[in-house]
Amino acid sequence: MAGKTLYDKLWDDHLVKQRDDGSCLIYIDRQLLHEVTSPQAFEGLQLAGRKPWRLDANIATPDHNVPTDKAERSEGIAGIKDDTSRIQVKTLDENCKAFDIVEFDINDVRQGIVHVVGPEQGLTLPGMTVVCGDSHTATHGAFGCLAHGIGTSEVEHVLATQCLIQKKSKNMLIRVDGVLGAGVTPKDVVLAIIAKIGTAGGTGYAIEFGGQVFRDMSIEGRMTVCNMAIEAGARVGMVAVDDKTIAYVKDKPHAPKAEQWDQAVDYWSTLHSDDDAVFDAVVEIDGASIEPQVSWGTSPEMVIPVTQPVPTLAQAKDEVQRNDWTRAYQYMGLTAGQALSDIPLDRVFIGSCTNSRIEDLRAAAEVIKGRKVASSIKQAMVVPGSGLVKQQAEAEGLDKVFVEAGFQWREPGCSMCLAMNADKLQPGEHCASTSNRNFEGRQGNGGRTHLVSPAMAAAAALAGHFVDVRHF
Amino acid sequence: MKPYTVEQGLVAPLDRANVDTDLIIPKQFLKSIKRTGFGANLFDELRYLDEGYLGQDNSKRPKNPDFVLNQPRYQGASILLTRANFGCGSSREHAPWALEEYGFRTVIAPSFADIFFNNCFKNGMLPVILPEDIVDQLFNECQAQEGYQLTVDLPAQVVRTSNGQEFAFSIDEFRKHCLINGLDDIGLTLQDSAVISEFESKAQQSRPWVFNSLRP
Ligand code: SF4
Repeated sequence: MAGKTLYDKLWDDHLVKQRDDGSCLIYIDRQLLHEVTSPQAFEGLQLAGRKPWRLDANIATPDHNVPTDKAERSEGIAGIKDDTSRIQVKTLDENCKAFDIVEFDINDVRQGIVHVVGPEQGLTLPGMTVVCGDSHTATHGAFGCLAHGIGTSEVEHVLATQCLIQKKSKNMLIRVDGVLGAGVTPKDVVLAIIAKIGTAGGTGYAIEFGGQVFRDMSIEGRMTVCNMAIEAGARVGMVAVDDKTIAYVKDKPHAPKAEQWDQAVDYWSTLHSDDDAVFDAVVEIDGASIEPQVSWGTSPEMVIPVTQPVPTLAQAKDEVQRNDWTRAYQYMGLTAGQALSDIPLDRVFIGSCTNSRIEDLRAAAEVIKGRKVASSIKQAMVVPGSGLVKQQAEAEGLDKVFVEAGFQWREPGCSMCLAMNADKLQPGEHCASTSNRNFEGRQGNGGRTHLVSPAMAAAAALAGHFVDVRHF
Repeated sequence: MKPYTVEQGLVAPLDRANVDTDLIIPKQFLKSIKRTGFGANLFDELRYLDEGYLGQDNSKRPKNPDFVLNQPRYQGASILLTRANFGCGSSREHAPWALEEYGFRTVIAPSFADIFFNNCFKNGMLPVILPEDIVDQLFNECQAQEGYQLTVDLPAQVVRTSNGQEFAFSIDEFRKHCLINGLDDIGLTLQDSAVISEFESKAQQSRPWVFNSLRP
């Protein structure tokens, strides 16, 4: 019999019951809650007179709607100007109180983007099933977790039953071997993967990222890659557990201690695909060939190496793509064949659950140190992923590097990743952004997003346009 | 969820095909944090003369007297009789939420849009499919007689008129079972509580750290 993949192992270890129709009950170890997708779930529980199945499986923090401006933030919830946003954050507080769920509230130093907070607190541990009413939950797969984004009805279902109804996905291995060039980051790797397999390439699959590039990669980097599995169409992305994973988790506030730790490490060490495991699909990429990437269009697959011009219609693979590209040129205000360095940039955003961890901020600061943001840039902002990331960065003096260069140093939250709070693009503005989605209007109505790594965003801020960070 | 067995009630006729979910509950109400509160904005554009927004006092708004649900004879209706492809458009679960809260547990039509149809069952509602000619007949009878009522007998799978005429409808066995027993997905999963608990106690041995308290 063939060996098991990592996904098979995680699945089997959490399978509560298989029903006759093939659907399965999967046990959920951890649920992360935030203000946008939880209110109806709590209300549903209340209306049905139900209680959460296991209180300490859940942890909540507000992130999408919180203001990142210091003055507004210092007022707590009252500082949120938009009524619907304020009510959502307040409702989360009230629900957590009513149901006795642990919450890191708006002014708790542990507050932040759920996908940054979970790992940082050791709430995400290797081998767990992790869910959240948010499609970027795949981030937690970096720890060898089975992590799903779910809808509001499912949030309620998990609260009430500690299970999720699932059908098993197929296995896909994306293997990137070789060594990345200098200046090429995990973000460039995942963008290059999406450019290759497309935004539907992973649909129906659980993706495992394997190969030397991921073995060499830091845990933060693995989170960046797994985070964008959903942009490749997969609900689940993951990397096998290794010594780095275990070292990262050690001594986190909610990591196991003493004998429990030893027992955990024994188990965690089994969380990798067996050598003879069979995948339903395998994609191979040569790591050495990956260059810094920039998205030019309105889908995360419309990505090119920084050295190349915006593609022309002649390069499109079919009629559907020609139509997509034609719409994208128009929305983005670009012409086919144009050099990326000719795109005038208005704003730069360094943040989001993809790239707002300490390593990301260090990489950006490294590029910025001692230089100034170009005068043509209207706004350049850095939004740390959590209060603790912010604290750490300040302890290292990174905030000063950013501020002296002309960046705004903000309070933690989702911010301009989706423009649900006050941080938004104006119509027609181009933004170099370290986030994960470049859909029309994502960062504000009419806004034009270009997805890049933190180092590329930093370099673009200084130059006023895209540059190849390797020669900057 | 409230079990659905035999429901008798007043019928309101909405004589219109392809009613989409945006018409059932317009998009401005989706910003709400609630699963409730949509009933007052059911069919908002048809029902009121002004444009509605979230959090408004609906009792002060000018009503459209021509709209069927505003007519005195249909007050308290619990069965909505309508035309083909009801519930098309977006997947919003707010559409069945709004209908249910208004008081409609049953919708009768010749056909339904797929996602809406599914969403009804998740919310304890029964969408009944009857042939076009029978729906025509029901429309005629309903418009002719004030106080026209129907009985929907789910166990027997028939719609019954007050003079005893019966129209059979079909329904998936599993869905019927869930509705009659008031089981939503959660209710159904909770039938396996013992299996979940058993899984959990085993996991507490093999992976105890997952179950540590988060409280100081
Ligand atoms: S940072 Fe952006 S992508 Fe991540 S959870 Fe927040 S809104 Fe979603």
